[in-house]
Amino acid sequence: MSPALHAIISFLETWWVQLVSGVLIVAVVPLIAGYVVLVERKLMADMQARLGPMRVGPHGLLQPIADAVKLLIKEDIIPDSADKVIFWLAPVVSMTAALVSMGAIAFGPWFQVAKDINIGILFVLGVSSLGLFGIVLGGWASNSHYSLIGALRSTAQLVSYETAAGLAIISGLLLAGTLQIRSIVDAQQHYGVWFIFLAPVAFFIYLVASIAETNRAPFDLPEAESELVAGYMTEYSGFRWALYFLGEYANMIVVAAVATTLFLGGWLRPFPNVRWLNWLDVLPALFTAAVGAYCGYRAGKQPVRVQTLFMWAVAALCFLAALILAATLFVPPLQAAKPGLLGAFWFLLKVSGYLYVFMWLRFTLPRYRFDQLMHLGWYLLIPLAIVNVFFVAVAMMLETEFGWNRWLALIITSVFTLLAAAFLMHLHDKRTAAASAAASETSDSYAG
Amino acid sequence: MADESKPPQSPDSAKPESTGASATPPEAPKSPTAPSAPPAPKPAATAPKPPVVLQVPLDNDLTRRYRERFGAAILDALEDRKQPYLVIDAAQLAEIARYSRDEEKFDLLEDYTAVDWPRRAKRFDLVANLYSFRHNMRLRLKIPLAANEEAASLVPAWPVANWLEREIFDMFGIRFTGHPDLKRILLPEEWQGHPLRKDYDILKQDDAWVRENLGIESGQ
Amino acid sequence: MHDETTQKQNTLLGADELVINMGPQHPSTHGVLRVKLKLDGERVIGSECVIGYLHRGVEKIAEHRTYQQFAPYVDRMDYVAAVSNGLGYCETVEKLLSVEAPPRARVIRTILTELQRIASHLLWLGTHALDIGALTPLFYCMREREEILKIFEKYCGARLTTHAFRIGGLQYESYDTFEKDVERFCKDFERRIQEYVDLLTGNSIWIGRTRNVGILSTEDCIALGASGPILRASGLAWDTRKATPYAAYDQYKFEIPVGTKGDTYDRYMVRMEEMRQSRLICLQAIENIPAGPILGKVGKVLKPPPGEVYHSIEAPKGILGYYIVSDGTTQPYRVRIRPPSFINLQAFDKLARGHLVADVVAIIGTLDIVLGEVDR
Repeated sequence: MSPALHAIISFLETWWVQLVSGVLIVAVVPLIAGYVVLVERKLMADMQARLGPMRVGPHGLLQPIADAVKLLIKEDIIPDSADKVIFWLAPVVSMTAALVSMGAIAFGPWFQVAKDINIGILFVLGVSSLGLFGIVLGGWASNSHYSLIGALRSTAQLVSYETAAGLAIISGLLLAGTLQIRSIVDAQQHYGVWFIFLAPVAFFIYLVASIAETNRAPFDLPEAESELVAGYMTEYSGFRWALYFLGEYANMIVVAAVATTLFLGGWLRPFPNVRWLNWLDVLPALFTAAVGAYCGYRAGKQPVRVQTLFMWAVAALCFLAALILAATLFVPPLQAAKPGLLGAFWFLLKVSGYLYVFMWLRFTLPRYRFDQLMHLGWYLLIPLAIVNVFFVAVAMMLETEFGWNRWLALIITSVFTLLAAAFLMHLHDKRTAAASAAASETSDSYAG
Repeated sequence: MADESKPPQSPDSAKPESTGASATPPEAPKSPTAPSAPPAPKPAATAPKPPVVLQVPLDNDLTRRYRERFGAAILDALEDRKQPYLVIDAAQLAEIARYSRDEEKFDLLEDYTAVDWPRRAKRFDLVANLYSFRHNMRLRLKIPLAANEEAASLVPAWPVANWLEREIFDMFGIRFTGHPDLKRILLPEEWQGHPLRKDYDILKQDDAWVRENLGIESGQ
Repeated sequence: MHDETTQKQNTLLGADELVINMGPQHPSTHGVLRVKLKLDGERVIGSECVIGYLHRGVEKIAEHRTYQQFAPYVDRMDYVAAVSNGLGYCETVEKLLSVEAPPRARVIRTILTELQRIASHLLWLGTHALDIGALTPLFYCMREREEILKIFEKYCGARLTTHAFRIGGLQYESYDTFEKDVERFCKDFERRIQEYVDLLTGNSIWIGRTRNVGILSTEDCIALGASGPILRASGLAWDTRKATPYAAYDQYKFEIPVGTKGDTYDRYMVRMEEMRQSRLICLQAIENIPAGPILGKVGKVLKPPPGEVYHSIEAPKGILGYYIVSDGTTQPYRVRIRPPSFINLQAFDKLARGHLVADVVAIIGTLDIVLGEVDR
């Protein structure tokens, strides 16, 4: 065999898993993002006393497929005066950034594309920031005054809140002591609790900042429909727009995964080290079985036959999953699969919970005005995040240098952080009241 | 056209008076203060009924104050169905407006419109409905205006008159001196004609404008 | 989606003044309204509303219809609150004819008008919240409004352009479960209003978007003719239903909600409270609907004696006035409609100055205009 072919085969032998997973991510994640959109629409409908998509497929389940087909066959309109190359490139950059950052994330102890990058979290943050280029280039390439303004606004918002998010992440990293994703989760296992209980303020800062980073309500002014200045996506139609849109949802998944890894214990079950709570390991199987049972129960109440059959099929799938999860507990040869499968289940559950909070906030809260948004980021979140980092560092130092009890140190410093948070929020309220009362204030809303 | 459709309560298509076009001319009074034409004899009645005149002269404190202050500019003071109104001279409109707002405390110009009486010497009647919050009282001012006469703008007294006068100009063609920006408001700016005048037929349009701007012929 | 054309003009000082155009097709202008905004950076320094896109010549049509034939036309002006328009028109013609609707008709008219007020405010709330970004209140408001429209449909057959009243009273007797339906709606509604309050009233984002936005003082309101919730939010407790009662309003106890500052948040609170008060009026009214005829003594052919009448009612949007001149024939000589939305919209320039572009949408929403009424 030729040396080149040999090299290729040896490469594939060592790296075939990564390659396949990479391809899977690029192929499957957009589909998953499409279904996250469907979940959001159904959830929105449920909270708004209506049904959501119901027509395409049973209970609207083929809606993302229909949307994808529609967008693919749409006419590809490019403004005449647009920069063609950059116009094509911008959504690709956005989507690529989201997908590549997803490569570094561990969806369970077994499922990770880029095995153990030692700068894991930094890599994820850095690459997902590259998505900004997609926004700016998109606004620029549209050659429209308002697209550019919308793009710059969006970028300003993202940059500001990324600072806050990064500072919040630092608290988690201080506690973990490493950037490597697996080691962060192992550190949480070592501590015995998820980091959210050790650094709650950091988690909430990260929650707010990640909502702003993904341009979700209440921080979605740059892409709101009823606002005057059109967003950077205006000139994009058809599949290019779909790439932006899916990139946004992929980003949401990335951000949720980062939060889960850092604060929610990754793939650990609640109270991972407490032995007498080992029966919690049964929860994944129980949960899936309960979902299956509910589907079976509802199957009888469906008005249309295809929906009944469909519900039965879903129920069967759920029971199968429950069986597999239970088997890993009770069937000895499969017990090696236990951490992998159960871990993946817990991870996905937490990511879903985080995304649920995202969606819930979107349907409930009105939108911030842009200057209010920037105000919140720079005057409240970033000072709070800095204070939080300081106090977490103090707590770590008290433990290591002065031998305090870890829990005592963290609780005391959390109290101080909460006090600082209350103080900063009070200042923020006072400042916003003064700002709105002064009708003649000439503030530059691009500041920051 | 809905002209010929009858509402359910009046299935009297036999009576000629129900259709719109046959209003007998003597029944349209020349001026609201002096209805003199006898009514046309009704088919089933035995004797013609006397005309119902509901406008009665008004002489109360308010009208006395106005007459004292403005004398001959108050052409008439009447009350119609318990609603008082003053007929005033257009020349003194600005002063009467200011006096009404400041001294008589009619601080709200509730409505300002015009009525077209084409057969009268003074063709238009500007009608201002005033309201006083303090006295919870309404007063109407009627200003007879000749065809090409301009009226003083009420905008200095009541800023709400801005759009109201623009609408009067748009619909009737009455101009107001002192109005900050007198141009059409409901119709396009280049429209010719003033629709609420009685000589503007209901089916009429500005054909040139329609042809130019909409690309169709009027009436389509 | 947006129709935006820009012209840059350099002012004397060299700063850039931008004129941008909003509408007439725009998701937030609630109809065909065109707003030209002059901006200095992000701030509005001047504006001009261009209206007339929905002008249908209703006042001209009135001169060519009989009094009864014209009644359905008035529904189409403020199509969100058709019953109020009908009430104003019928009462004005009744004044012209010097007849009064019988007590039973007056009470049922009051109930329907108050339900219509609630429905109009619900639509306002849903769309206003949607413009500011809260997606959910719209659907909750539509759910409540659906109940009211069902009552209207059972009563007169139509949901939106109801033509519910006739000159002299009512045409339709109230249906058998009318009182029960209204009572059930009113009992349910208290809990629903609490839902909206929970979602919006204390929400700091909502307060941030509406506090100190679009302040109009009482003097400015009166000078600009702004009426209805706008006037009450600025601090003046005045309501046509109390000042010059019509229909059956003098029989019921209700309060006039007043604001303090005259900003968007106060107008929101005033309208929410008005919904509560309307609910109370309905509950009081259905307890005792007098028996009797529903149509007063008016003939089939209406020929009011020559003369004129001006009558105004408190429509959900403000003072709705009708000035009708009769020449003794079956057709009115002149019908003038004093549209609250038209006059309230005039205040837009004063309200928008000095605010950011993102507030313009909130200000248009808070004025609660319906273009059918603005343009007629």
